[in-house]
Order: sequence, then C-alpha cells, then structure tokens
Amino acid sequence: MSAAARLYRRSPLARTLFSFFTVALVFLIFADLEIATVDPWDEFGRLLTGIVTPDFFATENLISALVNTLAFAFLGVAFGVGFGFLLALGFHSRAVRTFCVVVRAVHELFWALIFLQLFGLSPLTGILAIGIPYAGIVAKVFAEILEEADGRAVDAAPSGASRLSTLLFVRLPDVWSHFRTYALYRLECGLRSSAVLGFVGLPTLGFHLETAFRQGRYSEVSALLILFYVIIASQRLWARRQLVPVYLIGAALVLPWATHISGANITRFLTIDIVPFPLRNGDGISGLIDWLWLLISTQALPGSIATIQLTMIALVATGFLSALMFPFISPQMFGRPVRGISHFALVVIRSTPEYILAFVFLQLWGPSMLPAIVALALHNGAIIGHLIGRHTETLALRADAPTGLNRYAYELLPRVYRNLLALLFYRWEVIMRETAILGILGIATLGFYVDSAFAELRFDRAIFLIALTAVLNIAIDVTSRRVRAYLRLRTTLEGR
Amino acid sequence: MHIRVIGIVLAAFVFFAAPFNAISANAQDSFVFTAIPDQDETRLRTRFEKVARYLSETLEIDVQYVPVKSYAAAVTAFRNDQVQLAWFGGLSGVQARRAVEGSEALAQGAEDQEFVTYFIAHASTGLTESPDFPKSIAGKTFTFGSKGSTSGRLMPEFHVRNHFGKSPDDVFSRVGFSGDHSRTIALVQSGAFEVGAVNFAVWENELRDGRIDPEKVRIIWRTPTYPDYQWSIRGDVNRKFGPEFVERVRTALLAIDDPELLKAFPRSRFIPATNEDYTPILRVGKDIGLID
Repeated sequence: MSAAARLYRRSPLARTLFSFFTVALVFLIFADLEIATVDPWDEFGRLLTGIVTPDFFATENLISALVNTLAFAFLGVAFGVGFGFLLALGFHSRAVRTFCVVVRAVHELFWALIFLQLFGLSPLTGILAIGIPYAGIVAKVFAEILEEADGRAVDAAPSGASRLSTLLFVRLPDVWSHFRTYALYRLECGLRSSAVLGFVGLPTLGFHLETAFRQGRYSEVSALLILFYVIIASQRLWARRQLVPVYLIGAALVLPWATHISGANITRFLTIDIVPFPLRNGDGISGLIDWLWLLISTQALPGSIATIQLTMIALVATGFLSALMFPFISPQMFGRPVRGISHFALVVIRSTPEYILAFVFLQLWGPSMLPAIVALALHNGAIIGHLIGRHTETLALRADAPTGLNRYAYELLPRVYRNLLALLFYRWEVIMRETAILGILGIATLGFYVDSAFAELRFDRAIFLIALTAVLNIAIDVTSRRVRAYLRLRTTLEGR
Repeated sequence: MHIRVIGIVLAAFVFFAAPFNAISANAQDSFVFTAIPDQDETRLRTRFEKVARYLSETLEIDVQYVPVKSYAAAVTAFRNDQVQLAWFGGLSGVQARRAVEGSEALAQGAEDQEFVTYFIAHASTGLTESPDFPKSIAGKTFTFGSKGSTSGRLMPEFHVRNHFGKSPDDVFSRVGFSGDHSRTIALVQSGAFEVGAVNFAVWENELRDGRIDPEKVRIIWRTPTYPDYQWSIRGDVNRKFGPEFVERVRTALLAIDDPELLKAFPRSRFIPATNEDYTPILRVGKDIGLID
C-alpha cells in the first residue's frame, strides 16, 4: 500500500479534505471560466489612471454619505449587539436558536431589499438590514463565549444569589472583555455592510461608489475607496468606549427620520405582494403548482447549482490563497519591510468589498464565473491569511529551525494548519452568503434571480428565492459544524 | 485628554452635519419626485434639484427630489406614496401606473414618441449595419442594459424573441445585464460582450462626447420606433395638494423651456402624454412575460 493510501485510510482529516478537493475539482471542470474580453486594456488603463488620480471633489453630498455610512453602522451594530446579547441569554431555547439561524442565513442586502419595500428609504431600513442579521450572529458568538467561560466563578457564587445577580456580577465580568472585542470587530463588519447597502439605494458611500464604478468615473471610485479604507484603518483611534454614547446619539440625530412610513404599505407587502401570484389571481392549487414548477426549473434549480458550485470552488481556492498569504506577514518568515508592505496589501484586499473586486476582474476577463471565484478567494484568503499570520507571531521556533521554504513547509504550516482549516470551514457559510452580492453583478447565482425578481417587482418570487438561499445557508452551516466537530477544529474569537 | 478633544470635535461635526441631512430629508407634506437612473449620473442630484426648484416656484409648494438606485426602486417609491411624481421609462411607467389606481402619464419628451434601440457589436464580430434584423447574432454573447429598462431590455428582448422564436438565453451563448446604457457601450467596446442593445439617445450623446471608438464598436441594427420615457403622477394628489393639481403639474412640465433644466433628461422639450400612448409597451411586457 502506498504512503498516500495509508494516510487516506488513517486520517479523517485527509479523507475530508480529499472529498472537498474532489467536489471542487468536479465543479471546476463544469464551470464557465472563459476569458471573453478582446480589448480590455483601454478600460483597464482608464481604471489604473483613475486609481492613481483620486478626485475627492467629484462626489456630490460626499460629507453626508460619509456621515450616513458611519451612522447606519453605529446604530445597526448597536441594535445587533444589544438584541444579540438578549438572544444569547435565551440561547438554550430551541426557538431562539432557530430564529438566530434563520435571520443570519439571509444576506444584509436581501434584508435591505425587503425592508426597502416595507419602510422605503427610511433610516429604519438600513438599521434593521444590518441589525437583524448581526443579532443572529452576535447571539451565537456571545452564547458560545458564555458557555466556554470558566464555570468556577459561578460555582463559587453564594447559593441564594438570584439569576440576575449571578449574570451581572459573576458571569458578565468574566466575559466582558471578550464581548467588547467582538463588538468592536462587528463594528468593522458593520462599516463594510453599511457602505455596501448603498448598492441597493441607501444614502451611504456605496451609493456613489456603485454609480461611479458603473459609469467608469474611476478617479471618483479611487477617492471613495481611499476614504473607506481610512475609516476602517483608523477605527482603533476613534472607536473608544467613552465615545460610544456620543456616536449613538449623533447617529440618531443625523439620519433623515422624516421619511413617511405607511402601515398600509407594510400590510399590503406582507399580506398581498408576497403571496404567490396564482393564489392572488384565484388560479388555485394547479396554478400554484405550475408557478412553482416554472420558478424551480428556470431559476431556483440553476441558481442553487451555480451558488453551490461557486461556493465550493471559492472555498478551496480561499484555502490555498490564505496558505500562500500568511507567511508574508509572519515574523518567522520575513523582515519588517516585507511584512509592512504585506500587512498593507492584506488590509486593502480584505477591506475592499467583494463586489468591487469582482467588478474589476469582470472588466478584465469578461462575464464568467472566474471573476467571482477570484474575488471571493482573494477577499476571504486575505482575512484568513491575516489571522493566521498574526497567530504565527505567538509561535516559538527552535533556534536551529530550518529557514526559507523548509521552515514554511515543515515548521510553520503544520503548526497553523488546523487553525487555518478551522477558519476556512467557519467562513464556508460566509462565502456562500457573499455569492448573493455577486449575483447582483450578473453572475447567475441565486442572488442574480433575487435581483431580477425585485427588478420585475415580483416580490412573491423574491421571497421564495431568498428563503431558498436561507435554506442552503443553514445546510452549509450545519455541515460545517459537523465537519469541524468531526475533525475537532476550533477557532479563536476573531475568526467568527 | 485628547480623547475628550476628539469627542468634542466629532460631536460638533455631527451636530453641524445634522441640519444638512434634515434639509435633504423629504418632509411629510412636500411634493416629492424621482427619476430613474438610466444614464450619466454625474451631478444627478444637482441637475434634478434645479428641476425641483423650478417646480417649487411654479406650483408654489415645497418640491423635493429623491435619488434612487434602480428602476424598481423608483416604481416602489411611487407605489408607496414616497414620491408622487416620477420620470419613468416606458416599462417602469406602465408597472407604476398599474400599481397605483388613478395615476396618469402626464408628459413625455418630444423624442419619446418615436424612441429607438440600437443593436451594437464589437468590430471583431465583422457585423455591419443592415436594415434587416441581424440574424447572424445568434450564438454570440449579448448584453442588455438594466433588467427593468424599456430600450435596454424590453424592446430588444421582444425583437430577439420575435425573430428567433426562442428566449435570449437559448439564442445567445451568454446573456448579461450591464445595469445601464453607458455601461452597455463600455462592455461591448471592450469586447466583454460581442453584441449589445442600447438606448439611441445615450449612444448619440456618448458619440458626441467622444467616448465611443468607431473602430471598435458600431451600430448593426435600429429597431422600429416605440413610445418611451414619460412623467407619471399619482391619482390621489388632487386630494392632497388641491383641486386641479394634476393639471397644474402638467402645465408646469410642458412649460419647461430652460435648456439647463431640459439637459437633466436630456430632452428638447416636453409634450402631453396619456396612459393609452403606452398600451404597446404593456402588450409587449405581457408578451415576453415581464408583466403578469
């Protein structure tokens, strides 16, 4: 028996990874990866020229867009963290857990598209679109933190202590710093989400970014992206505990609350618009079956296949890319200059919304699955690469450890390998959720059909397809949890 | 110490910015309009705020413009009474008026009675302009404009289905939606798509501005004419803004003669329109399954 076959038989890890590779490879064979552009260089030249000549005065209402981006992020994340905390306390209940799974399985953009129908361009749309899915994510992480906390403190509490005092004075102080770290991390995600919500019409940076990109005004794109990076990179300077109340009150004050919200619209959307058309039209059950069959055969099925295909290929590609990226910021591998440049590059890549990355590659290679795969893999690879690179800072190698490629292959990679896989499987679900946004760019995932349904004002179809994305996400979530438990992979707080 | 300074600066900034937002927010009793985002959006807001000022002075009430991101968003805002007046495309206008009982098409651009879509192709395809529908585009890659566009989606899809008897997905090797007309031209010019369908007014505009390289992209077919863009108004505005309000808005729109204002659309002048003018659009929409 060959060594590889022995490894395969003995190691569950090798078996699992082998099946993931096989699946991704099969999908890759059938994927549309054609490079279709004939003359990409004119447009690409304009893009490069634009990137190096940022124009900060091209965007009208720029200040207001900046302020709105921050305000939506603050209020959305505050809502998410607050509501998520309450949910975390009730996490032992199956109903609460199910609620959290469902709300976080739907992408912010889809929440925004739904809330736009309910509340129009009211600030409530943006706050809830960020806050609702975040509450589901925060609840899960907070519940895990509470569960993993040291139980001895609770055991030592006086026996008569009420549940509230135990929570306030015993359990919370122990985990408070973890909660704070995680809330801060969520704020960074919230800033990105807030900007991205502009793509569907909220008045944030993304609103102008999408327009500028679509219209080929690359100097404006460059300026908007730079502003966005500055906000994210400077977060440590301004995200201070003492200033939180100032930010929240300020955010509530600057948002334009005057928009009129009508109860009748909400009722109509919930009781008429999302009811399948044949039922509204009185075509009965047979009409409903025809409707469902058409929707499933022409949109739901091809959309689901493309979504899973893109997710699986991007997942494996992300794994390879993160393994390639992390050594460049590891003190075990490179000196200060290389690490400095690499840190900068990773921050830029992971802060850039996938949408923007995909857009650039779409310009270069034409419309196929290739731009989407590369965009997802780069973005997620940079996130994992960053976390793993940071992790290697804590590793102590022997003084006579090999150097160069040998050090990477025999010392570093084996030590971080399981962490890397844990993070990768953790992001599996995230990657699938992100395929939604690429659908809006025209890559025929479920997101593409959801976008079409909204464009055709067919909300019944939109809700059906969004529910399907949620089901797929939950399936991936469950599978990923099983795989991680089977392989005994654990992630640090930051990776979640 | 310096934290407090940052705090004060930020608080000042926030309070300073607040009134700007409050002004741009549409108060509940002002008359609000929007326009579909279909082409050059540079200074879109500045351009349409001029139109708002004109309407405000003529109608003697507060008029606000709100920008939207998509055709569907414009229709939704109209349906939900968050805007009462909108500059729609043919299809979005039909969708909006079907959703709001009593709403009316008020006025269209002089150019909109006889609107045309150009089929354009990358030079590498070797296709040249012909008076007949170019059947040789079958099997090529093809991009529409926005999914909800009349000139970029509805009419070209109608002609494709009409001449091939098949859906675009079955006719072309790949079908895309560029999002807007300027993008369609850029994508065909770069060769990302071999063939595309574009609003003639945007094409002529970009040609004049020198953004089109005739060596790389050219017109291969012009569709027969059809009615397109129009102003539509909700039926319940008379109740809210006084009797004869609909007619007053129509008169105000038809009276626009300032080239500065007309450039926002861009149209030479506005002429009266009725809902019936758009029956052909409704029929085509139902025909190709975009309207139930």
